Parts: sequence; C-alpha cells; structure tokens
Amino acid sequence: MKREDLCHTGSHKLNNTIGQALLAKRMGKKRVIAETGAGQHGVASATVAALLGLECQVYMGEEDTKRQSLNVFRMNLLGTEVIPVKSGTRTLKDAMNEAIRDWVTNVETTHYMLGSVGGPHPYPMMVRDFQSVIGLETIEQINKAEGRLPSVVIACVGGGSNAMGIFFPLIGKGVRLIGVEPAGLGLETDQHGAPLTKGEKGVLHGSLSYLLQDEYGQIKPAHSISAGLDYPGVGPEHSYLKENGLAEYGSVTDKEALDAFVLLSRTEGILPALESSHAVAYLEKVMPELSKDDIVVINLSGRGDKDVQVAASALGVEL
Amino acid sequence: MITRTKTNRIDNLFAKLRENKKSALMPYLMAGYPDIETSLRLLVAVARAGADLVEFGIPYSDPLADGPTIQVASEIALKNKINTDVVFELVRKARKETDIPIVIMTYYNTVYRYGMDRFAKNAAECGADGVITPDLPPEEAGPWKEVALKHGLATVMLAAPTSTNERLKKISEASQGFVYCVSLTGVTGARDNLPVNLTDFISRIRNITDKPLAVGFGISRPEQASQIAKIADGVIIGSALVNLIGKNKDNCIEAATAYISEIRQAMDN
Repeated sequence: MKREDLCHTGSHKLNNTIGQALLAKRMGKKRVIAETGAGQHGVASATVAALLGLECQVYMGEEDTKRQSLNVFRMNLLGTEVIPVKSGTRTLKDAMNEAIRDWVTNVETTHYMLGSVGGPHPYPMMVRDFQSVIGLETIEQINKAEGRLPSVVIACVGGGSNAMGIFFPLIGKGVRLIGVEPAGLGLETDQHGAPLTKGEKGVLHGSLSYLLQDEYGQIKPAHSISAGLDYPGVGPEHSYLKENGLAEYGSVTDKEALDAFVLLSRTEGILPALESSHAVAYLEKVMPELSKDDIVVINLSGRGDKDVQVAASALGVEL
Repeated sequence: MITRTKTNRIDNLFAKLRENKKSALMPYLMAGYPDIETSLRLLVAVARAGADLVEFGIPYSDPLADGPTIQVASEIALKNKINTDVVFELVRKARKETDIPIVIMTYYNTVYRYGMDRFAKNAAECGADGVITPDLPPEEAGPWKEVALKHGLATVMLAAPTSTNERLKKISEASQGFVYCVSLTGVTGARDNLPVNLTDFISRIRNITDKPLAVGFGISRPEQASQIAKIADGVIIGSALVNLIGKNKDNCIEAATAYISEIRQAMDN
C-alpha cells in the first residue's frame, strides 16, 4: 500500500494544496478558495491557508456538509469558512460551479485552489504534476523494498487526482495501471459515478472528457457512497489514458467498497477512506489474473476516520 | 477566412442603428421559464415592446457564468421539460410573429453533445440568427465557428475586462454579429451600480475592432441602459427581466412589456 493516508490532514490532497498555496503567495493573492466533496481537499486547503496566513473559504455541497460534518468542523477549527452550496444536486459538482463563480468575480485578489485533475487548463496538468510525487515515491520505495517496479497499480478515480498522481510517472513502464470508478448501486442503474465506463464525451468545468449526461448535454447527477467520488465527470487526462490504452478502468459498487472498508480495518488495522476502499475492493477482481510473483500497489489515498458515520449508517449500526 | 454566406438580421440591425446613431435594446429570456408556452409569448411581447434583438437561453444544468437569478430560472425551465429541440420549435413559432434577430444563448456542452453541425443546421432552419456560447474560449471555437458560418449563424464570443488587448483581438476576430462585452468581473445578475472602469474597457475594445459592441451583466435600470447606450452599440438586460418575470407570475407579459418600454424610452431620449 502507498500510504497517502499518513500524510498530514489524512489524505493525498495536501500534496496539491501546498503547491498551489505557494503559487498563490507568489502571485500576491491574499485569499484562496476551494471546492470540496468529502472534505479532504477542503481540510488540506484550510490547513495550508492557516500555515501561510491566507484567508480561505471552501465551497461544499449542502448534502456533503451533512455527510461529512466532521470535516466541516475541522475546517472551521483551522479558521476557514465553509459555504454550503444549495444549487443543483448540492454535491461536489455544484461546489465546483460556485467556486468558479467566486473566482471569476474575485480573480484580482483570489486564487482558486482546484482540488482535482479536472477544470480548465492549466489545472489538470498542474494538479497532476503536484500529485505525481505519489508515483515518484512509489517507484523509489518499491525499488528499495523489492528491487523492481510493481506489476499492477490500483487507485480510485473520482476527479482522479490520486490516480493520476501515482500513474503519471509509471506510464509506459510496463506497469498495469488500473483506475477504479464508483459503481454506486450498480452500473446498470442510474445511481453511479462512472463516466469512464458509462459516460459520453462532453465539456464540463472547462475541459473535454467523459461525462454522465443526457442526450441534450444536461449533466446527470452522480451517486456514490463516498462523497469524494460523487462527481459526474473525470479529469481529461484519464479519458486520454483510457482512449490510448495507457491505463484501464474498472468499477466497484458501494457495497463492495464497504466490505473492503471493513476487511482492511480488520486485517491490517487500517481504516481506509471510503474513496480508497474502492481501490482495495478491486484487488479481489484482479487477483485471479495474477501470479504469486506479481507485486500490486494500492494507492491508499486517504484515511477513513471521516467516514465512520456514513459506514455505520450503511452497515445498519446506530451510533 | 470564412464569412457568412447569407446576410444576417443581426448585421442589418447594427448597420441600420449605426446610421441612426442608436443603440440596440437586447433583452434576454430563458426558454421554458416560467413555463414553455409563456416564454414564447414573452419573446413576442418584448419584441413588440421595443426590443431590437432577443437573446433566448437554452437552460443548462450547470450555468457557470450565471448568478442566482438565472440559475433558479434554469432549474425551473429544466423541470418544465424543455430541451434543445423544444427551444428550436419555440423559435420557429416566434419567427412567424416577429422579424427581429433571435440569438440563442447556451453553454457549449449543449451544442457539442447535440452535434455541432446538427445544432447549427436546426437553429438556422428554425429562424435563429446567432448563438452565444459564454464558456467557449476563442482558442477552441474553430470547428464550431466553421459549421455555424456555413449555416449562416453568427457566433458570439464574450470579452471580459480582465482580457488583455491581445486576447481581445482574438475574441473579436472569432466573434460574428457583435462582441458580447461583459461589464464586470463576475457572473450575471442585476447590480445597483455600473462598474467605474466600463468606459475605459469599451474604448479599449473599440481600438481593436469595429464590430458592434453589446454590453451585458449587471444592467437593470433605465438610467443605466441609457448611460451604456451612449458608449456601446447594444444594451443587454437579462437577470433583471428574468427576476421581474419571476415576481409577476400571473401578469408577467404585461410587466415585461412595461419594463422593456420604459428602458426603450430611456435609451431613446
């Protein structure tokens, strides 16, 4: 496991926010804004803003502020104001809409710290570059431990920043790169967040990629048990990797992710984020294709403490 | 260099207004708001009340350039089951009642997903004169511009106060019919005051292009419209009108007619 859950603030998101906050400083911007789904990017943004003395406001879908109330409180503690977004589906996509509206209004004073590899140029490229530290560290660490590269790398894909971060330095190096999308209640239903598997080409938030949309281009709501994967689009470079066969993409359901959440907790003593649990769950699907000598790296993008309420409710436990 | 094959109603309008040293009144309406049938009647009503050109919006699930007023109207219009084909039908019906230019305003994904050529062909056939795509940057506009011009549709691009002169040049070159000048840094929505640097912004674009310049975003009151008419070729009024329609559900046709007449008067005096 590549343990990004051990990063300060509990996920890989900090890799990107440190880079962007330093950039904001250099540009002379005194205020930063961010969107957040699960709250991980919001907490990472709030943290660097506190450290570097920047004013910070985070947009979060109203639905997500309820699912992830713990992270809302963490952001408040760090001195960040969380603005609940009540438009549209009240999730990550709408938080991003609202952040972009704020940005175009306050562009003279404000830097938008976009949290994933989506959005308009140069964000997909810039966030990828900041997150590629995950892949670079993976190469260094696995070489030290095993003397060779892994056979397979598995990462979850919502917007796709942790996956792009671990994939990018490994592209073309003979490693099977597998991105795992949330199949929600099932790919055959309308309740999933798997645009690479079930979507069509379209433009959302300034980039051309696969999207969940209807025949007239209206964006369809996504669904996932994990707020961080609950997004109807995906970073454009993932679409590029898929179309060119440089990475492959599968999916796991809410239930499979939940089972993996429990499994990793019991077997390794690690509570994975529900997002990362999707990558863990996919291991079972890929195992039959592997031999004993193969090395598999799972990108454990975040820790699961934030998800205990959601998990308890999904498992039918009253807290 | 591609040029439009047909003479367009938009070009004729601005040529005539320029001769008379007048500015165009260009209200925006959301198709399907407050309901499908009424949005058609509103289009015809504002044309009769003195509008020179109507912008007719196809609602989009994620209207990034719009403030709360048009976001809410979009959500309601989509709940009313409007879609691109229905909007084209409304334009076809409106064409029988009025001859002023009708310009469709929508986000690029609506065009892209429908199929650019099919969109342009159907829009032109039903009698629309142009399409405004606020989220399409000029660098990416090539393929769309090509098919739109083939079908005689104007492609209208947006210029912002933050655009550099170099970029304003690109935007004006990609823009046909008129250049949509965004009065401020921000999203659509009525504001109390006009931005202080608006005159400078407009004269900066004037030095770059001789295409007609229409100003939108934040304009709501007659005196604001009259001020802008002195410096620009067109005055766009969107959110204020949509607001008014929302607040006067039972008599929105009368309310919109009175409002547009009042703006018209202020601009003509």
